[in-house]
Amino acid sequence: MAATAVQAPPLPASRPPAPRRRGRALERVNPLVYVVAWLLVGVCIAPVAYIVLGGLRTNSQITLDPSGFPTTWEFGNYVDVLTSPLFWQQFGNSAICGVATTIGVVILGVMVSFVLARYEFAGRGALYSLFAAGLMFPMTVAITPLYIMIRELGLMNSLGGIILPQVAFALPTTVIILVPFLRAIPKELEEAAAIDGASRLGFFWRMVVPLSVPGVVTVGILAFVASWNSYLLPLFVLNDESAYTLPLGVQSFASQYSVDTARVLAFTSLSMIPALIFFSLFERRIVGGLTGAVKG
Amino acid sequence: MSGSRAGAPALTTPAGTPAAGDGATTAPAPASRGRTRARGRRGGSWRQRAEITLLSGPAVLVFLAFVIFPVVMAAYYGFFSWKGFGVPTDFVGLRNYVTILQDPTFHDALRHNAVIVVLSLLLQGPAAVVLALLLNRRIRGRSLIRVLIFVPYVISEVIVGTGWSLMLQTTGAVNDLLDKLGLSGWAVDWLADPDVAIWSLMLIITWKYLGFAVILFLAGLQSIPEELHEAAAIDGASYWQSQRAITLPLLGPTIRIWAFLSIIGSLQLFDLVYIIWGQFVAATAGTSTMATYMVVNGRGAGNYGFGNAVAVVLFVISLVIALTYQRFVLRRDTEGALTERTK
Repeated sequence: MAATAVQAPPLPASRPPAPRRRGRALERVNPLVYVVAWLLVGVCIAPVAYIVLGGLRTNSQITLDPSGFPTTWEFGNYVDVLTSPLFWQQFGNSAICGVATTIGVVILGVMVSFVLARYEFAGRGALYSLFAAGLMFPMTVAITPLYIMIRELGLMNSLGGIILPQVAFALPTTVIILVPFLRAIPKELEEAAAIDGASRLGFFWRMVVPLSVPGVVTVGILAFVASWNSYLLPLFVLNDESAYTLPLGVQSFASQYSVDTARVLAFTSLSMIPALIFFSLFERRIVGGLTGAVKG
Repeated sequence: MSGSRAGAPALTTPAGTPAAGDGATTAPAPASRGRTRARGRRGGSWRQRAEITLLSGPAVLVFLAFVIFPVVMAAYYGFFSWKGFGVPTDFVGLRNYVTILQDPTFHDALRHNAVIVVLSLLLQGPAAVVLALLLNRRIRGRSLIRVLIFVPYVISEVIVGTGWSLMLQTTGAVNDLLDKLGLSGWAVDWLADPDVAIWSLMLIITWKYLGFAVILFLAGLQSIPEELHEAAAIDGASYWQSQRAITLPLLGPTIRIWAFLSIIGSLQLFDLVYIIWGQFVAATAGTSTMATYMVVNGRGAGNYGFGNAVAVVLFVISLVIALTYQRFVLRRDTEGALTERTK
């Protein structure tokens, strides 16, 4: 443990990887590389484009020519969805779950990771192993008792019944990512803070919290996107349409309006926007955080 | 979350310095337990223990209550025949487990899971390594490309499932496109034909998770110092030679971690199958997994005791595989990361 603290000076996510900025001989890249790269992009994007563009078509266009492009641009489907109170209700539910889960994970995660990274006490290894073992307990295994517990707590159809378990299940990843991150904050900083009269907690608030922002962003985005997309837990806990989060909403919309394919596609594409925006804004941070986690 | 904010000022007031030993006089009852533990620079003062409790307490509580406790309860409920109401009383011992292990539908699900584990590794792994190597070169628009290939991973399983099941219908976009390309002979019933459905599932899984593997490998590649390739180039190694001799071995830890995540994810696969094939069709289309079996026969049928027993079987299988993998494959990489062992 002492060894890791000594040999882990690079803050995993805060620093851009060194080799990137240097212009090197690799500039002359085979054009084939571009072809393959954009082919891959095309494969990744085509189904998404199908969903988004399909929402701009009419049902008869979709039936007659399933793989065609829109011939007339029909914004009616999108307008219908955007003016439907149910969509906004479910959008709001997803937003509340996502934001609350993120805040909960970040606060609890930073606190416990700080303890694991910077305090020495008997049982620290056990505490870390407890959270690390949590990676072995995916929600699938716990879902039935979890559902019964949430029912006993009276949290059925309430967003609290989604948020609390999501925070709990996001903690292992958070701890695994944040502990090496917080450990890499140089000991000298803590000693300097102590000389200046700051207590451990003062050091935590004034130095650790600001310095851990990059790691926290990684963890926060992962938690938000996971919550925004989560399906199994809402499937068990929410059975009232007005309490649905968007994934359940998309599914029930798709089965209710299965003949109205264009509107289903419009609903579907609108529901993926927030996760996409969040992700593309912070893509580099996430990759950085993952690298840190992979390297332990 | 509010607890920490309220607690912080209260804690900074009583003692000025975090020196060891000065807390024993002011601390109430619990101090007696840990006084002997004063060791090292920081000592086990009551103050430090209070800070540890305050900072880690909320997370530990939430984690124990919503992760560990349900997992333990699953093991307990699994021994009962129970409809989910009141206290389980109808103790049936191992009967649920015997039923599961003798059920041919479960064998099918288990086999599908095994196929998915193997095919995921074989389809995604090599492709992702090659693509990551390609994208690791300095090409124009690289950051845009990286964002775009990550899109399938970021959108939800429900959206992926809804979109793909529309496209893969017999009269859907995929068959239509094949028709336009003059390949109408290739058009099949992608979702319902039991010989084809598992491959459709693999297609969707590969599409959704390949980007994740590529991004992970790219991140791993960037930690390999460029000097190594320069040295190899000076020694006359070609590009692909230096990739094989330098990059692949150094990428090993990342690949092994990715494979671990992929295996666990494949074993737990639920969302995509349940969304595309629904509760009843998955078994006949040949795409059911242990997790869909659990939900259909547990909550779906109202047999909560049975469902929990399936969860336990699923968990034990995953755990055995995970531990075996860690023991024999991951050992050298994750010492410290997952086990917190001193190096």
